[in-house]
Amino acid sequence: MHELSIVQSVVEAVTDSLAAYPGARVLEVRLRVGALAAVVEDSLQFCFGIATEDTPLDGARLIVHTLPVVMYCAACAVDVELDGVQSFRCPRCGEFCVDLRQGRELEIESVEIEEAPAHESAEVTP
Amino acid sequence: MTTRIVELRQGILKKNDELARGLRGRFTAAGVLVLNLVSSPGTGKTAFLERTLRELRSGGARAAALVGDLETDNDARRLAASGAPVRQINTHGICHLEAEMVSKHLDGWDLAGLDYLFIENVGNLVCPSSYDLGEKIRVALLSVTEGEDKPLKYPALFNSADAAVITKIDIAEPCAFDRAAALRNIEEIRPGIRVFETSAKTGAGMQEWLAYLEGEATRLGR
Repeated sequence: MHELSIVQSVVEAVTDSLAAYPGARVLEVRLRVGALAAVVEDSLQFCFGIATEDTPLDGARLIVHTLPVVMYCAACAVDVELDGVQSFRCPRCGEFCVDLRQGRELEIESVEIEEAPAHESAEVTP
Repeated sequence: MTTRIVELRQGILKKNDELARGLRGRFTAAGVLVLNLVSSPGTGKTAFLERTLRELRSGGARAAALVGDLETDNDARRLAASGAPVRQINTHGICHLEAEMVSKHLDGWDLAGLDYLFIENVGNLVCPSSYDLGEKIRVALLSVTEGEDKPLKYPALFNSADAAVITKIDIAEPCAFDRAAALRNIEEIRPGIRVFETSAKTGAGMQEWLAYLEGEATRLGR
């Protein structure tokens, strides 16, 4: 339900990052979203289409990399990847894990942009 | 046409996280224990908080509350009857509280004059889990009327909680509430978490809860 506000934050942050590239158009936005971030990709995609209208991100693709939950297992003394989010037991030894190493990420990884041709801003017609 | 990849590597909720960090610093400096109460609508957050505020105040503690709802100030009026300072946050459609809303509603409050500040989130088990409010303790509440598998259905929220409260245990029996299953499900999602089984109506479990609050406030270094 809060995907629209999340997408609006993405649009804002990406637009800010374009300051160094005047006139640039965004082709692709890549996000890293942990399995415990409580956001749904379909909903992000739907909201992205709406929130990017009339912005430099209009028409851009949204790529969402979902990151599995990684916990530290004290019994095995290693980081372990969980198969899902229905149990926080170590898949190797079955002990409970409490130390979360990955899974709540909600990050913009990178954007692919198309820079404006240099002549557009330099062109002067007498 | 040149295309290029610009690495950003930044948190989407960076602004909220920065504000929340600032709030946490203020709360720590003031020595006030801040709790963020999260549950579905109808779990009984307000009734539980009413009883908590009343008992804390009768024990001489100074407690205040911020209460979030989409609309109405009904909850704030209910809670204010305890005599504690209470402010309502109306989100007008936003399904969770954000650090900025909390920050705005603290204006004029002397935090150093408080022992406890409770933030009652909007009734929702999904969206509040993404938003840090600067709290020390996130409390996930679950009532006996809701189904024992709530923690499995909403793992993001339950896994981010520091304590869990089961409410309305006075009606556990007519609801055929499976206590063992509920405790097992909480343990699967958030191993080792403290669980309080309470009734705001009869006062069951409130002494354990109040003792926990006092212990946590003491650990803050008051």
